[in-house]
This record gives sequence, structure tokens and C-alpha cells, in this order.
Amino acid sequence: MGKGFDGARAAEVVAELRETFRSGRTRSLRWRAAQLKALARMIDENEADIAAALYHDLAKPPTESLLHEISLAKEACLFALKKLKRWMKPQKVPTSITTFPSSAKIVPEPFGVVLVISAWNFPFLLSMDPVIGAIAAGNTVVLKPSEVATATSSFIAKNLPHYLDNSCIRVVEGSIPEASALLEQKWDKIFYTGSARVGRIVMAAAVKHLTPLVLELGGKCPVLVDSNVDIKVVAKRIVVGKWGCNSGQACIAPDYIITTKAFAPKLVDALKITLEKFYGKDPLGSKDLSRIVNSSHFTRLKNLLDEEKVSGTIVLGGQEDEKHLKIAPTLLLDVPSDASIMKEEIFGPLMPIITVDDLEHSFDVINSKPKPLAAYLFTKDHKLEKKFVKTVSAGGMLINDAILQFTNLHLPFGGVGESGMGSYHGRFSFDAFSHKKAVLSRGFSGEIPMRYPPYTPLKQKVLRGLITGNVLPLLLALVGWPGHRKSLVA
Amino acid sequence: MGSGREERGTGAGFDGAMAAELVAGLRRSFASGRTRGHEWRAAQLKGIARMIDEKESAIMAALHEDLAKPQMESYLHEISLAKAACTFALKEMKRWMKPEKVPTSLTTFPSSAEIISEPLGVVLVISAWNYPFLLSIEPVIGALVAGNAVVLKPSEVAPATSCFFAKVLPEYIDNSCVKIVEGSIPETTALLEQKWDKIFYTGNGKVGRIVMAAAAKHLTPVALELGGKCPVLVDSSVDVKVAARRIAVGKWGCNNGQACIAPDYILTTKSFAPTLVDAMKRTLEKFYGKDPLESADLSRIVNSDHFKRLTGLIDDENVSGTIVHGGQRDEQHLKIAPTLLLDVPHDSSLMNEEIFGPFLPIVTFDKVEDCIDFINSKSKPLAAYLFTKDRKIEDQFVKSVSAGGMLINDVALHLANPHLPFGGVGESGIGAYHGKFSFDVFSHKKAVLSRGFGGEAPARYPPYTPQKQTILRGLINGSIIALLLAILGFPRD
Repeated sequence: MGKGFDGARAAEVVAELRETFRSGRTRSLRWRAAQLKALARMIDENEADIAAALYHDLAKPPTESLLHEISLAKEACLFALKKLKRWMKPQKVPTSITTFPSSAKIVPEPFGVVLVISAWNFPFLLSMDPVIGAIAAGNTVVLKPSEVATATSSFIAKNLPHYLDNSCIRVVEGSIPEASALLEQKWDKIFYTGSARVGRIVMAAAVKHLTPLVLELGGKCPVLVDSNVDIKVVAKRIVVGKWGCNSGQACIAPDYIITTKAFAPKLVDALKITLEKFYGKDPLGSKDLSRIVNSSHFTRLKNLLDEEKVSGTIVLGGQEDEKHLKIAPTLLLDVPSDASIMKEEIFGPLMPIITVDDLEHSFDVINSKPKPLAAYLFTKDHKLEKKFVKTVSAGGMLINDAILQFTNLHLPFGGVGESGMGSYHGRFSFDAFSHKKAVLSRGFSGEIPMRYPPYTPLKQKVLRGLITGNVLPLLLALVGWPGHRKSLVA
Repeated sequence: MGSGREERGTGAGFDGAMAAELVAGLRRSFASGRTRGHEWRAAQLKGIARMIDEKESAIMAALHEDLAKPQMESYLHEISLAKAACTFALKEMKRWMKPEKVPTSLTTFPSSAEIISEPLGVVLVISAWNYPFLLSIEPVIGALVAGNAVVLKPSEVAPATSCFFAKVLPEYIDNSCVKIVEGSIPETTALLEQKWDKIFYTGNGKVGRIVMAAAAKHLTPVALELGGKCPVLVDSSVDVKVAARRIAVGKWGCNNGQACIAPDYILTTKSFAPTLVDAMKRTLEKFYGKDPLESADLSRIVNSDHFKRLTGLIDDENVSGTIVHGGQRDEQHLKIAPTLLLDVPHDSSLMNEEIFGPFLPIVTFDKVEDCIDFINSKSKPLAAYLFTKDRKIEDQFVKSVSAGGMLINDVALHLANPHLPFGGVGESGIGAYHGKFSFDVFSHKKAVLSRGFGGEAPARYPPYTPQKQTILRGLINGSIIALLLAILGFPRD
């Protein structure tokens, strides 16, 4: 669906999916499991094509495609398949004496018809992962893949309908007009991955219909490096977390480093050595680096580097190949805090290093900025680690490594403040797309006459006793002790 | 900002600049770390509990002034629930604050992972007028137990209770972290312009949208506790006396129907309707006497705007003829008697707007299934009720009706269970609270993964080779051998 997908067409799609949802089709475990199995099969059967699409869109190295997109999407399917029955089960909860006898439970139910808007940097994973959650929770879904990753969008639009139930899951390709047409509709949930700017637009659209949201946004993910570390390991982990992640074009990629003035030279040295080891003397020629996604991002990054107060701080890299949209891994040292590169999310292969006297003081600096999606610390000092975890707020944190928190399906993945709202992965995906309905069930016994009008002081006393568990006044009232004379029933 | 004892918003003065100053001050308090410790949070909750104990009669008096709320209701629905929220939070707080350890995977071996709850920061609570004490203090309790700094904006439509908060609450809690702003639209607007870390709003869908739109500017997450038309489906397989009592006390015994979870309308079968109407009439007379306008056990209508709104609903010419009980009103005292209506036209305003008053329309259908379809044709309500002894109907109802919460064979009680999330879905709201859900709604769940410098897997590093990919594939598929190979440094450089 390219031309012609306007508000009317979008309304039609939503109406169809609503109809299907009402039919109850998506509610059974069987249906949901069948979709998830089919999705896993799609990934298995088309791994080469997926990798090829990712290579087309981003020059993404096959190892990254496997590690960061294909395997994670597959794992999400399998994990959901394994756990789905448990997730769908109503959860019994305790009841109180005031409603005795009764039973209480929390029943998860799908919201209904949901919209997933994906991003371009992990275009396969960030489309599939939320869709897996939506399906596991029993919703019907419309997926809008990012138009900036054209081959992946096309792959998804072509292949998903062959594996999944088309009456419940649709793919709408397109850009701003199509996304706007979709956002005008009434959704029961919207899941958006992308920038804070568009996140605001999505939330504003959601307001019309009081649609709840998950917004997976970004931010400047800081990496604090203490001197008390195994520096070789640190360098490797930072480099693979940054440049080994779509050449830094990742929402949780380390954005900038903070270290002490004393330690900076050692760190810079170690990073230089590691970078050369990984990408060779001519990184522009390395096959193991993604390219910059398109020319407008290339220009954006180039401008960050070319800014007057910045260009002199480059200590490694800076080479560019505009024709192939490649920028070499670039380190900058002591960039002024008011430079654009220190204010905007970089989302590219540039790594500023800021030096401070005392690492702990930088916690306040980080907290004075918008809360990032991830914050990293490298240290062997447990006290410092504890203080970091306690003081710094971020979507998630990782000590002594980068980006891996993303892969643990028992951890919620999401932002806070400017980096987003809501979370997903594993059970959190199921929860993100479910309404937790409280259900209290009684019979006709257990009548408490004291709760009914006409209200009397005696009735109030009795209820008070019942509620506070303070039974003496209640007993006195029941035996008609002086001062508690009236009968209990009106 | 003076002593911070009360921010009088009425009249001139509380504008955007003052609101910004207020938030800045709270941000500084929050940044100082003051609210983070367990002792501080417990002290706030104990302070609130003490306030409820010591000022019970003042609270009841305020509620009576604002709503003519009977003492019994003030106790049952506001004071006891607020106190229970404090007690429950005090008891469970340590457990809620404890990080939750979660399993780690082979791919990050060795590592440890946990989820840490941290406060969002500086939050705004906007309360409603119908349970003006509870709906102010309960979200505030949640915000405090989660370690946030809070601004409370009580409803100006319940001025005595609002004034109570402004004057009395500061004596019991830490003023550097909890502020009360009285006022109406201008003050609320000034507050909504600020950047909050969370906004918790209780009220109606129209203003809920305004709140969410303001929140969108700062990407502020919101909890919206809204309303809706809470249906009561009454099957014929019931103990009709008990059902009638429970419905009546759930409707008119709840602020005279001015409650977000009060039964809004009844659905039943054509054949059962007469029995039900009869039982309801008898129950109403038993509860409120022959002249309900004189009963001390009924709240009044909150103000003349709502009074006019309500009388307009039943004075509609297509509706007034369907009244089978009640309809009396006393404009001077803002009282309206419990009113039953039978077979009201589906397109009337009464059947399309949230009533929020003492009218209970009864609509009839041939079959129970038709009733369920009717409920599902409307927006999702905050609560849905069913009276039946038939397990199959109960199961079908729970399965096919979506609502914030549900109660089978009673009304309203589910909000008293702190183990159940209380909140809406769709038009009835976003998010939930009560018990641990209050703590969660005001917390950020931060994922923390921690590694050491061991467990290096050279296979993950460039230059990428087919051999490395094979090992990684094995690792991903959970192969222990692959893990060993990876950790032992294969393939060798």
C-alpha cells in the first residue's frame, strides 16, 4: 500500500481489524501460538533474505544482523511460546474479610486493535519484537515499518502475510502521509519506536482517543569509565557496543564517555588500539561496519564534526566517504559542553570523551540532563557501582559492558523521561499489550446488614470493628452492652 | 514561595511563573535525595495516618459541607480506605522497595540482573470532587511511598475538603516535598504547563484529554482515572432481595450515584424486569423511607450545575414517561430522590452520557446475550457488574466484556481490595493504582545488568569471521559447549 493510503483507507483497515477482534479469533492460546510459530518459521526460512535486506538498508554486517536482529526476534518468539500459557492465566489474589466470602483475580485481556510503528536502525527486530508482544497478548495489529529502511519494509510487507493471519495482522508501508492517516484512527494501544520529536506527535495524536502508549525513544547514553578497570576488556566492550552496533546508530549505543583527566590518555590509547584491531588501519574499507543510513543523517553527523569548536578535538578518525555514506570511528577529547555534539543524541560513529576530576561528580551532571535510555559504568569498585545505580536515573543500566541488557528477556526494556514510557521484552511485552482486569466474585451469602441504610451509630461501630479488626466494640454491640443497645438490623 | 504551608490559588497570583518556581523548589528537594530513604517515606505515611486519626471529625465535617455526605459513607468510603492505604503501604513498603532479582542468560554469563524501583521525581496529582478526601490522599500516598515529591491539586468543587488539605496536611508531612495548590482552571492550567515526571488525574474524559495533551509536550507519562457508564447485568437466577440491596447501596449509598464506579444503568431480561423493579422499589423505601428527600442517609447533588444537568436528563420528554419510581427533587437543597426508569430509549442522553447521579435506568432485552452485546457496543466502562448464580453466564461475562474491573454479585467493593489494580481501559482511563499498584504507578522500573571483567567471549568482537559466527550461533541456541568455546577464547586470534 503506497499511494492512496489515506484516512478513509486507514479507517477501513481499523474497522476490519476491529470486526475480527470482536469475533474472538485472537483470544485462544492456539491462535496466538500458531502465529508465533509461523513467525519463527518465517525467520528461519528467510534468514538469508533478512540479512540481505539489512545489508541493503544499512550495510549491516551479517554477524550483527544475526546477533542483534535475527536471533533476538527468533528468541522473542520462542520465549513467548514457552511462557504464553502462564502469562495468559488469571492471577489469583488475596481477598479481605470485608468481602468474605469472595474470590479475586486479575485477568489479562488484549486491548483490541493496536498500532506498531517501527524504526529504521534495527528495522527487522524493532518491527517484529513489538508485534510478537501484541500477538502474544491476543490483539490484532497494524505494523508500520520504517520507510527509511526500504528493503526491510518491503521484505516484511511481502512475507508477513504469507505466514501470519491476514485478518488480524496487517502491514502498512509508507512515510509521513500514511503514518498520519494511521494516527488519526482510534487505536487501543500505540507502540512507537523512534525519536522524541515524533514521540510527541504520536502522543498528541493518541490524546484524541485516550489511547495508551509505549514510546521507546532515545537519548545520550553516557559511559562512565573509572580507572579501576581491566582496560583492555573495557576498550573492547565499549567499541563493540558502539561501532559494533550499527556503527553507533542504536538507541542504547554509548553516546559519550566520561572519565577522569588522569585516566583519559590510557583510555584513549586503549580505544585506539582496539579500533585498529577491529577495523584495520583503514576503517572506511572495513566490511564490519554499517554505513550511515542515508545522506541526510550523513550530513547531520558531518555537521556535528565540522562545528568550529569541535573539529580540533578529534584525536582519532574523522575520515568520511560521502559516496558510500561511511564515516570512520571517531574519537574526540574534551569537547566543549555547549557544542551540538554534546547536546543532541549523536546516533553515529562519533564518540566524544569528556574528562572530569572526580567521576562521582559526573553523576550530578548526568542527572541534570534528560534521562537516557541506558547508562553504563565500568569499574571494579563496588561502592562506586552502588552509588551509580542508586543515583543515576536511566531506562536501564549495565555495569562493565554495553548494550547486553537488551538481550535479557527477564529485564524490562524501556525509557524514562525523555527516553520514553512503558517497556517491553519477554513478559513485559505481553503486559504492554494487555489490560489487567480486576475481577472480584461473590455469592449471595456473606450479607453484612450493617452496610445498608438507614445508617445508625451502631452499624458504623460494627463496621469499624470489622474493618479495623478491632473486635471488642463489635462484640459489645452484639451482646447489647450498655451504650451499644440498638439492634443490628434496621 | 513563603513557608509553603498553603499555596492559595484563588484570585490573582498562581500563574505559570509561580508554578515553575514551585516545581523548581520540589526538584531541588528531590535532587537532595531526601525522599529516597525508607525512613522518610514511612514518616510521611505515618503522618498521614495520624492526620486521619486525629482529624476524623474535621474530615467528616468537610465532606458533609461539600456533599452532605452521610457520616457512614465518609467513614466507609473515604476515611477507612485512606487509612487502610497508609497501613498497607507501611507494612509492605520495604518489600516493594527491594530490588527484584531476575534470571540471567547464557549469553551474558557471568552476570547478575535485577529490576530496581526508583521514584519518577516530581509528580502532580489532580483530584476529583466526589470522593475529595480519598481521591486526593490515596494517589499522594502512592507517590510518597514510591519516593517522589508531590503537588496535590484538590478539586475546587469540594472547597471545604480542598481547604482542609491546604490547611491541615502541611502540619503532618514534609513541606519541602509535598505541596498543595488550591484553585480552579487557571491554577490547574499553570500547573499543567510545567514539566512533571508523572501526572495522576482523576476526573472526566474531557479534562483527561486536556491533561494528556499537556503531558505530551514533555513526554510525561500519565495515569487517568476516568469514568464511564458502569452497567449492571441482572440475570434471573439471583437472590433478588440480596441483589436489590447490593445494587441500591452501591448506587445511592455511594454519594447518591455520584461515583465513577456507581452502577449507571441496569440490563435485564424483559421477563425478569418486573420482579427486579419491585425488589428495588421495596429496598429503596426500606433504606430511605417514604420521603427520600428528607433522608439524612443520602448525599446531596454537589452543586447547581450538576443539579441542572441531572434534572435535564430526566425531564427530557422521551424519558420522563419512563420513570417508575422517584423523580422528586428539591432544588433549594440540591436534593434528588433515588429514581428508577424502565425501558428508556437507547438514544436518549440518559443512556449515552455518564449519569453520575441518582437515576438508574433499566433497559430490557430478550436474552442475556443481547445484554452483553449492548454493553460491548458502548465505550469500555470503569466497572461492570453482573448478578447471577449461573457459572456459565459469569464465565461468558468475564470473557467477553471489557472494563476496568468487574464484580460478580456485588457492587463497588473491588476498589477496597488492595491486591486488585484499580483503573480503567479505553475511555475509562489509563493506568491503575491501589496497594502495590500505587507504588508501581509512581515508579520507574530500572533494569540493571551487572558483569565483571571475566566471561570474555572473543567471538563477539570484529573482525567478524564465519568461525566466530558459528560459535555465537551455538551460544545463542543455548549450547554449553559453545559457551565454553567462547569463553576459552575460541577462535584463537
